[in-house]
Amino acid sequence: MTAVTVSNLDAARARDTSQAMRRAAKRRRYVANGFSVVLAAVLLVWTLMPIYNIVMVSLESHNDVFSNNIWPDYPSLNGYGVVIHQGHWYLQYFWHQYGNSIYVGVAVTFLTLLISSMTSFSIGRMRLKHGWLLTNTALLTYVIPASFLAIPFYRIMQNYGLTNNLWSVIAAMVTFATPYAIFIFQNYGASIPMELDESARIDGASPWQIYYKIYLPLMAPALVAVGTYALLLAWNEYLYQFLLLSDKRTMTVPVALAQFLNSDEAPWNYMMATAIVYALPPIAAYYCFRQKMTGGLTMGGVKG
Amino acid sequence: MDATQVIETGRGKAIAGPRRRSWRGGLQGSEYTWALAFVVPYIAVFLVFVAYPVAFGLWLGHEPKLYAELWDDPVYKMTVINTILYLVIGVNVKMFLALLLSGFFMRPGWWVKALLMIYVLPWAVPALPTFISIHWMLNTDYGLVNNLLYDLFGSNGVPWLDQRWPAMGSVIAAYIWKNMPFWTVILLAGRMAIPEDIREAAKIDGATGIKSFTLITFPMLANLYLVCTLLSTIFTVGDFNTSTFVSGGGPAFSTYVLATLGIRDAFDLAHPELGVAAVMTALPLIIPLVIILMRKLRTAQVQL
Repeated sequence: MTAVTVSNLDAARARDTSQAMRRAAKRRRYVANGFSVVLAAVLLVWTLMPIYNIVMVSLESHNDVFSNNIWPDYPSLNGYGVVIHQGHWYLQYFWHQYGNSIYVGVAVTFLTLLISSMTSFSIGRMRLKHGWLLTNTALLTYVIPASFLAIPFYRIMQNYGLTNNLWSVIAAMVTFATPYAIFIFQNYGASIPMELDESARIDGASPWQIYYKIYLPLMAPALVAVGTYALLLAWNEYLYQFLLLSDKRTMTVPVALAQFLNSDEAPWNYMMATAIVYALPPIAAYYCFRQKMTGGLTMGGVKG
Repeated sequence: MDATQVIETGRGKAIAGPRRRSWRGGLQGSEYTWALAFVVPYIAVFLVFVAYPVAFGLWLGHEPKLYAELWDDPVYKMTVINTILYLVIGVNVKMFLALLLSGFFMRPGWWVKALLMIYVLPWAVPALPTFISIHWMLNTDYGLVNNLLYDLFGSNGVPWLDQRWPAMGSVIAAYIWKNMPFWTVILLAGRMAIPEDIREAAKIDGATGIKSFTLITFPMLANLYLVCTLLSTIFTVGDFNTSTFVSGGGPAFSTYVLATLGIRDAFDLAHPELGVAAVMTALPLIIPLVIILMRKLRTAQVQL
């Protein structure tokens, strides 16, 4: 309503302004537009340069890599063929490692969603006594840098003989994904009316039924946002996977990718092709669920 | 956009007044058991994978002589300076540019939206491939940057990663490249949540351009900006990947940050106690930040 009135008023004023003022405004607009175009060009170059570099190197032959070209003389998809057919010493177990990454990602997503939705249901809906204590510990965990905990975490896993076991990585990732998930679920859950729980309760539903049949379906948007977050976290994380997984067969893709750097003369073209095959799924996931994730993130970051 | 809606609904609720926030008559009979059962998995994860490693870490780093040893290590001193530069320059330049760019992305037009989709790419791509790409891009002899400098200006280029300060600058630039899009999107959502009528009213009163920013937009974003900066600082202290892959900590161990030095001491030097001590020296910085952040999040609810 107000917006309409205001713009009407604005229009009336605009009619009254003199020719000269309109010309000045037009000039300002030109300057602003010109500036935007320059800024857009700078942003494009800045953003795309490292990505262009990955694509370019992945299309190069060995000789092209060690040259001064800014585009290969004979671009070829040979590098991708080598990756797909595991045709290099470093890529011996590539698809197996890819499978490991998928396994870790799926397990982390599922466990994160399960554990944190149950927790936020109990604290936010059932109002468990002293539940706020748990919310605060979750918040505190969220701000502990994961890399600081890596050393004791590794030692503990070593003591239990869980190094080179994918479940040690899954445990670590779930630990670092749940606090944020609880945070988002609590915020989102506050928008679901209690009356829904109430009526189910009067009809004799058990808490598990209310959780499973009412709470979870209504939380679907938040579940998608947090699920994507957990999946990307697990897929992209490096440090814990590097420390905990050293055997070629239990390694995940990021660890295998970094292995290329172990030798002085890294096969950069194969490495970049591997990097692209590794990066495509998360990019796709990000763009599919971008809107939902931004919503969730702002909710966490902005609303507190 | 989705994010705006979320914030809007949040505000609507706050105005709507108190609503019932728990089940009628509290938890009854077996419901209490259910509520406890729902939080057990999270408590277990917290105790085993957060509380235990934290306690173990504190125990590992409790000996004072470790800190004397650190102090005698010239690498440690360089690392502290690097970490401070990384935080002060990296975080603040990134946040300030993100604030300005979020204003740019408020402009109407399809091409601005298309640009935003490309601009968020660094955030969507996993960290490892892009940092490795940046590392190779900055290679003195064969890197894309020096090749371009030669083609465009005939210059022999800069040995980016072979000297301390250019290398540290590269690490910071890579950090900004990777993280700026995320915070731009957050601040953009914050800007979009500012009601249009306020800006319109201010416009009629004569506040346009820079005035509109300093008098309207920034005061309304200030709290969000502060929370984002604090959160980002805490995350950045624990950033392991950027320094590891862009400069590799080199040349001559001169571009380590605390997070990477801790891992080096613990694993490359096989001295986990020293590694824990190194990261513990970041606590006097992190703890006050966390306290301020918690307070901001709890009391202020970040006005929007």
